[in-house]
Parts: sequence; structure tokens; C-alpha cells
Amino acid sequence: MNKTCRIVNLQEEYSQLYQEHRSMIEDGAPEKMNALRAKAFETFIEKGIPSNKVEAYKYTNLQPYFKGTLDIAFSKEAALNGSSNKFHCSVPELDTHNVFLINGWFAHLEDAHQLPEGVVVGSIREKALEYPEVFEKYYGQNLGDDNDAMAAMNTAFAQDGAFVYVPKGVVVDKPIQLVNIMTGENDRLVFQRNLIVVEDNAQLKVMLCDHTISPQKFVINNLTEVFANENSVFDVYNIQNQHNLTTQVSGMYVHQKKYSNILTNNLTLHSGVTRNNIRVTMDDENCESHVYGLYLSDKNQHVDNYSFIDHAKPHCQSFELFKGVMDDSASAAFTGRVLVRPDAQQTNAYQSNNNLLLTQNAKINSKPQLEIYADDVKCSHGATVGQLDDDAMFYLKARGINENEGRILLMFAFAYEVIEKIRVEPLKENIRSLVEKRFRGEFDKCDSCVVCGHQGASVSCL
Amino acid sequence: MLVIKDLHAKIDDKEILRGINLEIKPGEVHAIMGPNGSGKSTLSSVLAGNEKFEVNEGSVSFNGKDLLDLAPEDRAREGLFLSFQYPVEIPGVSMVNFMRTAVNEHRKYREEEPYSASEFLKLMREKKKLVEIDSNLTNRSVNEGFSGGEKKKNEIFQMAMLEPKLAILDETDSGLDIDALRVVANGVNKLKSPERSTIVITHYQRLLDHIVPDYVHVLYKGRIVKSAGKELALELEEKGYDWIKKEFED
Repeated sequence: MNKTCRIVNLQEEYSQLYQEHRSMIEDGAPEKMNALRAKAFETFIEKGIPSNKVEAYKYTNLQPYFKGTLDIAFSKEAALNGSSNKFHCSVPELDTHNVFLINGWFAHLEDAHQLPEGVVVGSIREKALEYPEVFEKYYGQNLGDDNDAMAAMNTAFAQDGAFVYVPKGVVVDKPIQLVNIMTGENDRLVFQRNLIVVEDNAQLKVMLCDHTISPQKFVINNLTEVFANENSVFDVYNIQNQHNLTTQVSGMYVHQKKYSNILTNNLTLHSGVTRNNIRVTMDDENCESHVYGLYLSDKNQHVDNYSFIDHAKPHCQSFELFKGVMDDSASAAFTGRVLVRPDAQQTNAYQSNNNLLLTQNAKINSKPQLEIYADDVKCSHGATVGQLDDDAMFYLKARGINENEGRILLMFAFAYEVIEKIRVEPLKENIRSLVEKRFRGEFDKCDSCVVCGHQGASVSCL
Repeated sequence: MLVIKDLHAKIDDKEILRGINLEIKPGEVHAIMGPNGSGKSTLSSVLAGNEKFEVNEGSVSFNGKDLLDLAPEDRAREGLFLSFQYPVEIPGVSMVNFMRTAVNEHRKYREEEPYSASEFLKLMREKKKLVEIDSNLTNRSVNEGFSGGEKKKNEIFQMAMLEPKLAILDETDSGLDIDALRVVANGVNKLKSPERSTIVITHYQRLLDHIVPDYVHVLYKGRIVKSAGKELALELEEKGYDWIKKEFED
């Protein structure tokens, strides 16, 4: 059922919400999921929804966004609300395995029989029962020791999400696309918990596409745990394309074993308030990680990328690049925490954050945060904030290109470096055209999704 | 085609052009020479519409239109082309995208249909051949990592693509080896026509062996102090600028 709750004082009501509905939250959920709830709930209640007094959330005070009168679905029926089979993917050049999740709950998977043998894709609460040994080994094991309040909140409340398992040695050629759809007739609070396990020598590419298709306010706390085991290759592209009334706290927690190579790319093309918590733990030797992000914001949008690369073992490499273009009164923040632990010798860690501010009112806070406890390492970081280059603009004008076209060319040129890092060729093409449309102001953020091609309800753009 | 009358321009309150008068007719090639700091590049920037410079007096008419009244992009669309002394590197903007945007903006201005992708690529191939530009330069970002010579050749290639009525070559020869110089000059000569005019701004007579001017002007302290035929360039090469300065000071 959908439960409507009015949140004014945060912890008080969240505590009540949890305690009163505990049996419904736990109903039908895997044992391990329920076993972790109590402790997570304690952590969450103790810390609360972070305000900007919490150092890690200094530039994003989440408290006001988590207040209001919000619906919460405690069952699949309530979450789907009769909207399960409306969605189809129709972009031919993007050949993907499509999974649809509605308001945080698994809705359906297209063409399940086409998955390579042994690959499991489905609802986390259902698959956990079918594959208990995998689930119990990995679920909740990679949240780190920093006890993030939002991760704890997710562990306490989440009931469903996607489960993806790729067995040893299997290469999944087509990307798996998780389409996360937010819809409903009332403002809504959504939890979602995904678990992705890529076994030794396996390869997987995942796209997470976040959409809102009805004009209500959505408050989202989702979290994806990824385990990239020995010599595996894993890519995740999170395309965030939501309307301005959306608040999303998105956690991506990747755990790496020996010789694994991972890539995360958070493409925040449109959203109200976005906080991405990206945590990569390099828990073995010779890991390689690529952590990228592109954020394009205007009006009063706000994007906060908080990355934490944990170099726990020697001989690992990390490459981090985040770029943002802020227009109007948009604001953004970047934190790049890199921890090189005492025995992580021969670490290479590179970090870069570049920002383009198009107006006087746009704002960026960029904070590299390197903690290095080993002595034989190479670490670099750089942050830049700039405006469009006048000389380049004049050069374009002198060739007959007007100011507006010139701006689009130069903004695109700025964003291009992050787009080039995409390792799925057709997706790269799609993102290129999406980004260009975004800069041209032709981006239709509510009615349809250019990536997965599905048609949404015809609602006015917010 | 181009009539400049008593043109004054300044940057940061420093007057650099102090009354330029010049008339260029269709098909003519004019060379503008002069010592460093005489205002040669300022003149080309002002004509192209660089907002760093402020025009405080005078007028410029280009094919009957008030040039100074036009935005830089409209000057280009009206057929004015500046080959930059220092072409700007624009990482992330591909040459193809850049040129297609520019060419189609010109066509739109003339109320013509934009080129399709295949028409455009065909045009590009033709022009690349004409100016002997290396094929892979056009597959890269605009001027990014180009050598000095490649940048200048790229300017001539852009000129060929845009087919201007008046081309201003601002020290296109500086820093070029003899082969690149020949390529640049050949490109310019191949594009020559009775309707098209060229202003060649240069320090040295060398380029003028290849692009033969109808008139040579000497710019000094923001004014044209001497105008003559092509023989003036040779005289300058031989005697330097001191005699002009002396004549002018007297």
C-alpha cells in the first residue's frame, strides 16, 4: 500500500515511519536485508538527514528537501500502481537488455531469454531468495566505515531494486539498461537498492537512466553496490534526466579486486537537486578505476558530486575527471577525496575538476581532499573555474558563426572530454546529441527519454 | 568595395589608428607594410570587428554597407575574411563541425538551403585539394596541436571554404618555411578573381614575390604615410623603414 506521511521534523517522523511500518518493510524481504536494518536505522536516526553543518554535505543541505507530505510505497503493487507494462524501448542503435523499475521497485525485464547463460537480472528481493549465497556474501558489505547517514537510511528502508549477477568468465556484450522511472499522482519518497556482482574474468556494462514522468515532487534515495571481482571489467553510466522538483541522493559504491578495471560516469543532464556519492574501494593490488562526471545545470538546479577513492592496496591507479557547466543561478559542488592508505605504495591517482560558469550568479565549490599515508605514490589534483574564452568566441564570429551558435560549440567542446570517456560507442553518440540538445535548450526532459526512447506522459516541463 | 575614411581606433585609451584612408576596388591586391607597432594588426582586427578595440572616429563602407555597424559574424557573412596572425586553438570543436556550422550560417544569411552532410563533405574535399591541406588536419579539433605552418594553411583552407569577397591576410607569412609559404601563396592565387580583393599585411617582401600586389602602403604610427606600386616593397626590403620614418618625422 501507499502510505502518506507528513514530514516536518525529519528524524521524529522518519523514526515513527520506520517503527510503525517495520513489519511491512520487512515483509517478503530477504533475511539479510532485514538483518541489517536495525543497526542502519540507529545510525540514521543518530546522524539524521545531513544539513550543511556536516562536513561532507557542506555544500548541500538536504534537510529541506526531505520534508513535506510524501507518499511511500511499501509493496510492489503500491509502487507500480498499475503502470507496469507501458514502457518500451525503441532506440534501435542502442541495443541493450532493458530493465524497468518504477518508483524504486523492479517492474519487468524485456527479453530475459536473450541474456547470456548464467547471467541473472531481476528484482533484488526475489533473486536474493533464489541466490542466497551470492546475496548474503555481498549485500551491505561495501558501505565503508564512514557510516554515511543517507546510505544508512537506504539500508534501513529499501525493499527492492535491481539485482545483476554475472558469473565467472562471462562477457555480457550488450549493456544492461536499468530505467528508473518516477511516477505517481502524489509527491513521493522513493528508496531503491541495487546489487551488482561481476565475478572473476567477467565483463559488464550498465546504464542507469533516471527519469521522472509525472510532474510531482520526488525525493529519491537510491544506492547501488557493485562488486568487481578479480580481473573483471565493469562500466556504469548514470544518466540523470529528471525534472526540477526532483531531489536525488544517489550512492554508487564500488568494490574492486585484483586486476579489475572499473568506470563510473555520472551524467547529470537535468535534475533539481542531485547529490552523487561515489565511493570506490580498491581493496586489492593492480586495480584500475576511472571515475567521471559531467553536470549541466541551469535555473536553480544544484549538483553535488562527492567522490571518495580509497586506495587500500599497492599498485592501483585511479583517474578522476568531473566537468560542469553552470548557467543562470545554478550551483554545483565537487569533493574529491582520495585516501592512500599506509601500505598502498606505487599508487597513481589523478584528479581533475573543471568548471565553466556562464553567468555572474552561477556558483561552484570545488574541494580536492587528498590524504596520503604512503610515501612512494604519484597523486595529482587540479581544479579550474572559468568562463567562455573570448578569443575563441571572436574566432568563431569572424567565421560567420553567431554568439549563440558559438556558445553552443564552445560549451560542447568543454563537455566533450567527459563524453569521450564513454566506452560504449552507441551510447557515446546518444549522449553527444543529448548534450547538444541540452545546450540548445531543445532538451525535452519530461516527455520522452532520448536514451531509452520511451514516451512519457504528456506533462508540462518544470 | 572597401572604403576607409579617417579611421581612428584605440585600445585602453591608447590611440593606435590615427586617421587611416584607404580604398580597395574589386580584384585588387593591396599590401600593407610597416614596422612593428605601426597598427597593421589593429587595422585588421578593427575591420573584422574585434570588440577589444574602440573606433572613435571615421567610417568604413564595405560594398555600400556601413561595416562598423555590423556584428563580426555579419561582416564575415557579407564576405569579409580575416586570416588570423595567431589562429586560436579550440579543443573539442572538430574542424568538420566548425566549418559546417560556418558555411551553413553563411548560406542561411544568403537565404540558401544548408548543405547536407554529403554535399558538405564533397565541398570540403575539393577545397582541401585546392589548398593542398593535409587530410588528417581536418579530422582534428580546430587548430589544436597544429604547427605554425599548419595553422596558417588552415586559415587559407577556411578562406577557400567561405569564398570571401575581401580577404585580409594578417602576417600569414610570419614563421612560415618556404614550402608552407608557397602553399599559402598558391592557395591565395588560386582563389583570385576579378571580384575578389585581398589585403596582405606583412613585414617582409618575401610573400609579395608570390602574391603580387597592385599597391603597397606603408603604415607608420597609425597612418598610411606612403603608397605606391609593388616596387615600393622592394625598396623597403633594401633600405628598411628608417628612411620612411625620417621622411615622416621631417
